Amino acid sequence: MQGLIDRLTALLSDGTVARVIGWKKGDMAYNPEPHMFETAESLKDFVYDGFCGANLSKMMIEASKLEGKTAVCLKPCDTYSFNQLIREHRVVRENAYIIGVGCRGKLDIEKIKKGNKGITSISGTELDGSDDIKIETIYGDKNISYKDALLDRCHVCKGKDHMIFDEVWGESKDTADQERFAEVEKIEAMTPEEKFAFFRNELSKCIRCNACRNVCPACSCRKCIFDNTKFDAQQKANVVSFEERMFHIIRAFHVAGRCTDCGECSRVCPEGIPLHLFNRKFIKDIDKFYGEFQAGKDPEAQSPLTDFTFEDIEPGERG
Amino acid sequence: MYKIAIKDLNTLFSKIAEEQELILPIKKAGQYNFGVYEEGCDIDGILTNKTVKSGKDAFFPQFETLYNVRKKITPADELENGEEAANTKIRTKLTIEAEALKDKDFVIFGMRACDVKGVEVLDQVFLTDPVDNYYKARREHGIIVALACHEPEESCFCTVFGIDPADPSKSKADVATWIVGEELCWKPITEKGEALTKKIESLLASADDSAVDAEIANITSIMDKLPNTKLSLEGWGKGKTDEKFNSDVWQKIYTPCLGCGTCTFVCPTCQCYDIKDYTTKDGIQRYRCWDSCMYSDFTLMAGGQNRTSQVQRFRQRFMHKLVYFPDRYDMYSCVGCGRCVDKCPQSLNIVKVIKAFENEQKEAGANV
Repeated sequence: MQGLIDRLTALLSDGTVARVIGWKKGDMAYNPEPHMFETAESLKDFVYDGFCGANLSKMMIEASKLEGKTAVCLKPCDTYSFNQLIREHRVVRENAYIIGVGCRGKLDIEKIKKGNKGITSISGTELDGSDDIKIETIYGDKNISYKDALLDRCHVCKGKDHMIFDEVWGESKDTADQERFAEVEKIEAMTPEEKFAFFRNELSKCIRCNACRNVCPACSCRKCIFDNTKFDAQQKANVVSFEERMFHIIRAFHVAGRCTDCGECSRVCPEGIPLHLFNRKFIKDIDKFYGEFQAGKDPEAQSPLTDFTFEDIEPGERG
Repeated sequence: MYKIAIKDLNTLFSKIAEEQELILPIKKAGQYNFGVYEEGCDIDGILTNKTVKSGKDAFFPQFETLYNVRKKITPADELENGEEAANTKIRTKLTIEAEALKDKDFVIFGMRACDVKGVEVLDQVFLTDPVDNYYKARREHGIIVALACHEPEESCFCTVFGIDPADPSKSKADVATWIVGEELCWKPITEKGEALTKKIESLLASADDSAVDAEIANITSIMDKLPNTKLSLEGWGKGKTDEKFNSDVWQKIYTPCLGCGTCTFVCPTCQCYDIKDYTTKDGIQRYRCWDSCMYSDFTLMAGGQNRTSQVQRFRQRFMHKLVYFPDRYDMYSCVGCGRCVDKCPQSLNIVKVIKAFENEQKEAGANV
C-alpha cells in the first residue's frame, strides 16, 4: 500500500493531478470511507485493503466539474462503471487520471460479523495479505479464510483486467468461482407463486432509505423521478405494500442495459436485500435476446436497448 | 424477580400474544427486525442480535394514515329537485374519517436500554405541547419489556450518553429482562409491568434478585473494552450552536455522504416526518411518514429553501442530535445504539463526526 501512497503523493506533488479520490482509514477495523484527498500530507490517512469495496467511479461526476485532473482509484469492476458514465456523458475522461488498483476480491463485513462480535482488529486484508485473515474480538480471536468472507459479487468476478486506466498499481486476481446466472436461474425455475413470495419476503424489509439508488453509478440522473414533490407517493415510505416492489422494479428497468452488475446496491442495503438479482435477470435476458453484452466494457459499443437493428426481437417474443 | 427457561420462550410469547399484540425482533430473510408475533415466526437468535431498525415503529410507525377523505356522488336520478340534480357540487358529499387511535394494550419485547432511551427522546417531542395523539395513544398502551445487552458490539457506545445497557431496570421500560445462562430473568418495574407479569405468572418461576448480578458485572466490563465507549462529548451540548454551526470541519468530512436516509431510518431517535395526501380511487388518504434531513426535499419550501446543499443537510443531522436537542430538551438525542455506525453505506457516522471535531480541536491547540 505504501507504494500506492508514494505514487499518489508524486502525482499530487508534480501537479499531474489536483486531488485524489480514494479511501480514508476508518476508526474501526473495517470501515474505511471514500474520500477526496487534496494535499499530499493528507494521504497519510489513505488506505487500501479488503474493506475498500466502495465503487468510487460515481464520485467522478462531481470531480469532473472541478478545476484540474482528479486521480481516482478504480478496481477492475469499477472501471466498467466508469466507462458507462463516459458513455452517458456524466464524467469527463480527460479530467480523470485513473489508477487501476489491483483487487483480490473485497470483503463482506456482514459475513465476518456473523459469529464475530466485538471486533477490535482485522489483519491480513491488504492486497498482498494472506489467504487467511485474523479477526480479534473482545470475545476471542479467530482466523477465517479471505475467500469465505468475500462479497457475493466477487464470486462472479468479471475478471482481473481494468477496462480503462492510465496506470495500474498492484496485481489483480479473478475471484470468480460461481456461475454468474446461477442465482437468477434458481429463481426462474420457481413457480410464479414462489417467485412472488420470494420477492415479497425480501422487499418487505425495504425501509426506502434509497441507499441502493444513491450509490448506484447507473442512477446518475440530476433529479430522480422519485424525488419529485408533485408525486402523490413518497420516495421515503411505502404508502401501499405494492410500492415497495414498484420502486425497485422501476429502478431495475431504468438501469437495464446500463447496469454493469457492480453489486453496490446489494452491498449497501441495510436490510441485506439481494437487489442485484433484478439487474442480473435483465442482463441475462439482454444476453439472450440481443446477444452477449457487458455494459461498460467498451464505452463506444452500441447498447442493445437504445440502438435499433432489424434483427431486434419483437415485443412479446420470448426467444 | 422471576425467571423462565430460554427454551420455553416461545410458550411465553405465545401466551402473551393470546391476550394482546406482541411485537418483538423476528428473523426474516436473514435480518432481525421488530414485527408482530405470529405462531411459527422465526425467533432464532433474537436475544443476542441487534435489529436493523430500533423498534421505534411500535410507537411512531414509518408510515401511518391520519385520516381518509371519501367522496360520494349521489346519482342524479336519486334527487327529486332537478336543479340540485344538475349541480355536481351539491351531489358530491365529502366525509372525513379519522384513523382510530390505538386503544388496545400491546407488548414490545426485546428493546435494549438504548432503544428505550430513544423512546424517551421521542416523548420530549410528541408528548409536550402540542401533544401528538397518535403517539400518545401508543405510548399509553405499549408495555415495554427491555432486554439487557448480553453481547454488546463494537459499534455500541450508549454508555457515553449515560445509558446502562447492563441494567434496563434503570430505564423507562416496564419490565427488565436478562439472559442468565439458559434462563431469562424477568423483573417487573412499573405497574404496567406488574400487570403483565401477573398474566403470565404461571409460566414463571421465582428467582433471587442477585441472579442477574454476574450478568450485569459482565456486561459492564465488556462495555469498558469497547472502542467507542471512551468517546468524549466535550464541546457539544447546550449553547454550542454558533461555534459548531460555523466550523469548517463539516466541509471537510461530509463529501462521502450519499444523501440516502439509512442513518435516519435506522435511528431510534430521528423523529422528523412529512405529511402528504395520496389520491385514492374515491378520495384522499392523508398520511404521514418518516422524513430524512438527508433528503433533498426535506422541509423544501416554494422558494427553494431550506437547505440547498448536502453539507448543510449533513450538518443539520448532527447539530440536531448533539446541539439543538440538548438546547431545547436538556438531553442528547443520540443514544449510542451504533446502528448508523453499522449501516452507513459510506462508513460515515456520528462517532466519526465527534472524533473529527475532537481532532480539529487538538490540531488547533497544537498550532497555538
